[in-house]
Amino acid sequence: MEFFHDVKIDWLGKKWYFLGFSLIFSVAGLISLFFWHGLPLDVDFRGGTVVRVKFAEKPNVDHIRSAADKAGLHDARITQYGAEGNNEVMVTLSLQETSEAALDQGRANIVRTLDQNYSSTGPQNQGKLDLDNVSRSALVSWLEQKDPEHLGADSNAAETRYQQQADAFLHFRDDVHSGIVNSVDQIRGIVDPAVFSAFQQDGYLSGFHVQGAEIVGAQVGKQLQKQAILATLYSLAGMLVYLWFRFELIYGVAAVVACFHDTLITVGAFSLTKQEISLTVIAAILTLVGYSMNDTIVVFDRIRENLRLSRREPLDVVVNRSINQTLSRTVLTSGLTFLTVLSLYVFGGEVLHGFSFALVIGILIGTYSSIAVASPMLVAYQDWRVRRGKAAALPAARKARV
Amino acid sequence: MQKNLKTKTIIILAFLVVSIYGIFGIPHGVSGTALKDALLQRINLGLDLKGGTHLILQVMVDEAVSTASDSDMGGIQADLQQNGINGATVSKPDPNRPEVIQITGVPADHVSDVSGILNSRYSTNYDITPGVNNTWTLTMKPTAVTQLKQNALDKAIDVIRQRVDSFGVKEPAIEPYQLGSYQILVELPGIDDLGRIKDVIQSTARLETHEVMGGPWPDKQTALQSIGGTLPPDAELLQSMPGASSPDSTAEWYELKKIPIWGGTDIRDAQPGHNPNTNEPEVDFYLTSAAGNKFGQFTAANIGKQMAIVLDNRVREVAVIKGTIRDQGNIAGGGITEQYAKDLSMLLRTGALPASIHFLQETTVGPSLGADSIHQGVVASIAGMLAVMAFMLIYYKGAGVNADLALFLNLVILLGFMGYSGATLTLPGIAGVILTIGMGVDSNVLIFERIREELRAGKSPAAAVDQGFAHAITTIIDTHVTTIVSAAILFVFGTGPVKGFAVTLTFGLIANFFTAVFVSRVIFDALLSKKLHGEPISI
Repeated sequence: MEFFHDVKIDWLGKKWYFLGFSLIFSVAGLISLFFWHGLPLDVDFRGGTVVRVKFAEKPNVDHIRSAADKAGLHDARITQYGAEGNNEVMVTLSLQETSEAALDQGRANIVRTLDQNYSSTGPQNQGKLDLDNVSRSALVSWLEQKDPEHLGADSNAAETRYQQQADAFLHFRDDVHSGIVNSVDQIRGIVDPAVFSAFQQDGYLSGFHVQGAEIVGAQVGKQLQKQAILATLYSLAGMLVYLWFRFELIYGVAAVVACFHDTLITVGAFSLTKQEISLTVIAAILTLVGYSMNDTIVVFDRIRENLRLSRREPLDVVVNRSINQTLSRTVLTSGLTFLTVLSLYVFGGEVLHGFSFALVIGILIGTYSSIAVASPMLVAYQDWRVRRGKAAALPAARKARV
Repeated sequence: MQKNLKTKTIIILAFLVVSIYGIFGIPHGVSGTALKDALLQRINLGLDLKGGTHLILQVMVDEAVSTASDSDMGGIQADLQQNGINGATVSKPDPNRPEVIQITGVPADHVSDVSGILNSRYSTNYDITPGVNNTWTLTMKPTAVTQLKQNALDKAIDVIRQRVDSFGVKEPAIEPYQLGSYQILVELPGIDDLGRIKDVIQSTARLETHEVMGGPWPDKQTALQSIGGTLPPDAELLQSMPGASSPDSTAEWYELKKIPIWGGTDIRDAQPGHNPNTNEPEVDFYLTSAAGNKFGQFTAANIGKQMAIVLDNRVREVAVIKGTIRDQGNIAGGGITEQYAKDLSMLLRTGALPASIHFLQETTVGPSLGADSIHQGVVASIAGMLAVMAFMLIYYKGAGVNADLALFLNLVILLGFMGYSGATLTLPGIAGVILTIGMGVDSNVLIFERIREELRAGKSPAAAVDQGFAHAITTIIDTHVTTIVSAAILFVFGTGPVKGFAVTLTFGLIANFFTAVFVSRVIFDALLSKKLHGEPISI
C-alpha cells in the first residue's frame, strides 16, 4: 500500500496561501489572548483551590452553586467534567479565598457546604461516619473504637483485623466503584457481618466523594509561571544551538521560527477554546517543540542532501523536491503519532485532557509548519540575500557528520 | 554473516530477558494477579496514580536569622555590663532587617572599650561600622546569613522527617525544593486525610522558659500602661493560655525577659505522663546537662521569683521558683488531652523547628482518582498501540511485522528501564509511554520509506535495506536528540508528575534507537539471508 507515489506538488508556489493561513490562526490566537479570553491559566499557575467531587447521582450544578453562594463562597466556579455518567464536578475557588495563612480553608468550606446542603445528610446522620469520604486511618481508628467484633481495645489482633476490614472496604469503594458506594447493602459480604452491621448502624452514605483537591498559594503560582516561560525559551534556544551545530544558522532560525509559530497557535487554541493551561500542558508544549523540530529536521536533512547532489538547480526546485520526497514519511509519522495522541485524548481521562488537546493541535500544526513555514523561510532568506547582491548559494551546510 | 546474525539475535534476546526481569522480577506465579503484584513491586507509581498528598512548605528562614541576632544582642549586652559600661542601648532598628544590630548611647569615655569588645568577639560574623555620636551598626555578613538560613532549612527537613516517620507513613519524600528559596517538598503516599499530620508538621514546638518581669494583666493595653507606655528592648509581652498560673485563671498578659533561660534545642527528652495527684495527662521533659546546669544556677539565684514556660509564644505555665531545679519539668493543665500529650511530647523529642513554616501548595489525590487514572491510561496506551500496529501491518505488510516486533520490544525495554532505575511512573509518564509508541514508530517509517525509495530506484533488496538504514540513521539521531533536549529541560524545570513524563519519554526514545535501528535491521538481515539473491521483500 502506498499513499503518496511520486508526488510533484509546488509547495513554494502556494506560500502566500500558507502565509495567509498561518496569519489567520496566529492573529486569531493573539486577539483572543490579548482582547478576549486572555490566557486561561490552571490553578497550578493562577493559584486558588480546586476540589474534584464525584456524586452518586447526577448532580444538580445550580443547586450546588446556590448552596455555595449561601455559604459565602460567592465566586465559586462549578463545572461538570468527564463523561456524563461519571457524575463528576469540579469546584474552583479563586486565590482570594485561598489565603496562605489558612491554605485549605476553601476546601474545608466546600466540603462542609456539600455535606450540609447537597448530600442526603440530615439531622439523623449527626455523629455518624461518612462512609463515602472516610480515610483509611480514620476508618481504622473508628473501627477500633467501636470494636464490633469484641476483640478488645488496644490489642494487636484488633488492629490487624480492622486494618484488613478497612482495606477490604476501601478497595471496594475506591478501586471497584471509583470512590462512591450507592447503597449500604452493596457492602454486605465485602466486610465481616459484625463490621457490616456497625456500618449500617453508625455509618451513612453522603452521596458524594471528594476525589482530590489542589490548593495553590500565590507564591508558588508565580514561581511556576516564571519557570514555564523560562523552560519554553530554553527549549527553543537549545534547538537553535543544536541545529546551528548540525546545519547552518539559517536552518536553525527557520526551524525555531516554525516552532515558535506552532507554540503560538497552540497556546492561541487554548485561549480561543477557553481551556486552562496547566503544568502538564506546558510539558506537552515542550514536547511539541521537540516534535515539530523532528519534522523540520527530516525535510532539512533532505534539502541538504539534495543540495549536495545537484548544485546547479535553483533552491526552490530543490526545496520542493525535498518536501515531496519526504512527504510520505512526514504524513505517515505525524498520522501515527496523531493516532496515539488521539487515543489519549479519547480514553486518557479528564486529568490528561489539556495535555492531549495540546498534542492533538500541536501535531497537526507542527507537521504543517515544517512544510509551510520552515522551508519557505529558507528560500525567502536566499531571495533576500540575492536582492542585497550577496552570494546566492544557500550554504549547503557543512558536510554531515555521519 | 550467519554467525554474526546469531550473536546479534542472542544480544537481542538477552535484552528481552533482562528487561522482562526488570519489569516483573521473579513473580510468585504466572496468574494475572501474581504478575500484577510483581509489576507493582518493581515499578514505582507516582502520587497521582497511587493516591497521596503533596505539600510545598516555605521555611521562614528570616526567623532563624532573627533568633541568632537576638542571642548576639543578649551577648553584647552581657559583655558591656561585665565591662562596666552602662547606659548603652543595644537594639535591632529595623524589624524587616533582622541581621542588623545597633548600639547607641555609649558614654564617650568607653568608646575604645566598646570598639575593642565588638572587634574581638563579633567581627567573625558581623561587619562592624562605627557611626556618629558613638554608635555602632553591626550587620551580619552575607555568608553568615546564608549559612544560618541553610542550616535552618536542613534542620527543618530533618525535624519534619522525624515527625512524619512517627506517623508511620510509608516511603515519604521530604526534600529541598526550588534551590535557594528555602522551600521543602513533602510527599506522603497514601495520605488523603491531612488534618492532624499538617498540624504536626507545622507546629514549631518551641518550648522555652523565661524570667517573668511583670504581670499578669487582663489585656495588652493595661499591660503597656502599667509598664509605663513602652516596652523595654529586652522584654516582650506574651499572652497566656487559660489556667497557666492557677487552675481557674483566664488568658492574661505577662511581661517576660526576651532572652530565654533555656530554649528549644536544650531539650533532651520528653514523654507523655500523668500528674501523680490529679492523674491528668501531662508532658514531662528533660534538659540536656549543659542547659540543666544553667537552669540550676538560675533557679538557685532567683528563689521566690516567677518564671514562665512558653510554648510557641504562648505562656503555658507560670510558677514561683521554690528551689533549685536542674533538668526536668512538665507541662500540665490547660485541657491537655491524652492525644495532645502524645503528639506534643513527640514534637518536643524531635526538637523545635528552627523557624515557622507556611504551606504554599497542597495537592491531594484520593485513591479512587488514582485508580481511575491508571485504568484510563492503560486503555489509552493499548488502544493507541493497537491502532499503530494495525496500520503498520496494513501499510507495510511483511515489514510491518518487523516494525511491530521492534515496537513491542521498545515498550518492554522502556518498562524494564523503569523497573531497574526505580524511576517513578506518573500519569503524564503513561502519556510519555503512549507518545513513545507514536514517535518510536517514526524511526521505522523513516527507514521503510527510504528502503522503498531505494527499491524504486532499482536497487536490489539487500542493497536497498543497507542504503535505507544508512541514510535514515542521521535523521533518526537528529530527531531523537531534539526530543531528548526538550525532555531534559522538562526534567530540570518540572515537578513530580511532569518529571515522570520526561523520564519515560527519554527512556522510550533511547530504547527506540536500539530497537528501530538495531533490532529491526537484524530482522531484515535474517529474512534476507533466507531469500535468494534479488528475491523481493515484503515492504
